[in-house]
Amino acid sequence: MSPAWRSAAQLGLLNCEDCRLLSRAAPGMHEGRCPRCGAKLHFRKPNSIQRTWALVIAAAICYIPANLFPVMTTITPFSKSSDTIMEGVVLLWSPSSWPLSVVVFIASVTIPLAKLIALSYLLITVQRGSIKSNRERTRLYRMVAFIGRWSMLDVFVDTFVVALVQLQPLMSVGPGPGVLFFAAVVVFTMIAAETFDPRLIWNQSEVIYGRHS
Amino acid sequence: MVFATLIACSDCDLVQRLPILAPGESARCPRCGNVVASKRPDSLNRTLALTVAAAVSFLVANAVPMLGLSAAGREASTTVLGGVQVMWEQGQLAVSAIMLLAAVIAPALDIFLMLVILLAVRRPPAPNWVGMLLRFCHVIRPWRMVEVMMLGILVSLIKIAELATVITGVAMWAVAALIVLLAAISSSFDPDEVWLRVAWTEGKAGRHDLPLGVAP
Repeated sequence: MSPAWRSAAQLGLLNCEDCRLLSRAAPGMHEGRCPRCGAKLHFRKPNSIQRTWALVIAAAICYIPANLFPVMTTITPFSKSSDTIMEGVVLLWSPSSWPLSVVVFIASVTIPLAKLIALSYLLITVQRGSIKSNRERTRLYRMVAFIGRWSMLDVFVDTFVVALVQLQPLMSVGPGPGVLFFAAVVVFTMIAAETFDPRLIWNQSEVIYGRHS
Repeated sequence: MVFATLIACSDCDLVQRLPILAPGESARCPRCGNVVASKRPDSLNRTLALTVAAAVSFLVANAVPMLGLSAAGREASTTVLGGVQVMWEQGQLAVSAIMLLAAVIAPALDIFLMLVILLAVRRPPAPNWVGMLLRFCHVIRPWRMVEVMMLGILVSLIKIAELATVITGVAMWAVAALIVLLAAISSSFDPDEVWLRVAWTEGKAGRHDLPLGVAP
C-alpha cells in the first residue's frame, strides 16, 4: 500500500453513495445527511455483514426447492408432465438450439450458485480480516453485482410459455412451485449484493497500515 | 478558477483528487480499478434525445403483442402485461409481481423519471427534488430487466416452437430497439452533470468549486 493512500473514513469524511459529494462528519458523529442531495451518509453501510449473511442464507435455503420442484407443468388430454429447471435445460438441448440450452444452464444453475459462493467467500474473508488480493476481491464483488439480474431469465421464460400455451383442452402449461423459490433466490441474492459494502474489503489493510506507520 | 474535485471511490473509499477530464475520458480509482468518473460529450442533450426515443419504443413494446402461436387452427398472442396477468391467474402472485416490476414498472419509472430530470436541469439551478428523483432512479435501475426479458422471450420462442407455430410480434422489435437505447443512455449519461446543476438541500446553489460539504 502506498503511504499516501487514505480512505475517506480514516480522514473523517463521509462519501455520499448517491451524489458522490464528500462531507466532513460532524465531531463524534458516524452518520449524517448529505448537504447536497439529502441522502443518509454512513462511513460503512450499517450492519452490512449481518444483513448480507441473512440474505445469502435465505437464498441458499430457497435454492434447494428451486431446483427440486418443477417450474412448469404441461397438461394435455392424455398426459401431465412437470419439468424442473434442469429438465428444462435438457429438453432445450437439440442440434439447433443447444446454445440457448447452455445460456439457460449458466443463467439458472451456475450464476445463482456462483453468486452464493462468491458472496460467502467475500463475507468470510472480510470477517477474518484478510488483507490479501483486495483488488481481485473488489472486482469479484463488482461482477456479482453486475451479473445477478441475468438469473431471472428462467422466470421470464416460464412466464411467457405459460402465458401463451393456454389452448384448453388441447394443451396448457401452468407454473410449478419451483418458480416462486427460484425468483426468491434471485431477489435475495440481488438485495444481498446491494447490502454488502465492498469498502469493508479494504478496512483491515488500512487498520494494519495505520498501526505500522 | 476550477479546482480539481476531491472524491472518494465508492468501492474502496480511497480519497483522491479527480483530474479535470476532457469529454470522452474516464478516471479509474488507482487502488481498486473502479471507474470513478466518466465525462461524456454533450451528455445531457444526447441522453435526453435517447430517452425520448426509449419512451416511444417502450410504449410500442407494451401496447402490441409480443409473441403469438397457432396450433390446430387456434391462435393466441400475448403482450408483456398479458404474461403477468396469466401468471397472476395461475396463482403465482409473487412471481407475477416481480415480473411486473422487472418488465414494466421499473423500466417505465426509469425512463419517465430520466425525462423529468433531464428537462428540469436544463435551467440550473434545478430544484432539490430533481436530485431525489435521480437517487430513486439509481435504486430501481438494477430491477429493470428489459434485456433479460428479451433473452427470455427468445428461449420461450424456441420452447414453444416444439409445440406450435410461433408468430413473432412487433413488440419484439420494439424491445430490441429499447435495449440498444437503454445501453446508449447509460453510456452517454453522466450523473455528475446533473448533480452540478441541482440546488443543495442545505440551501446552497449547486457549486462545483466547493470540494467539501459539511454533514449536519
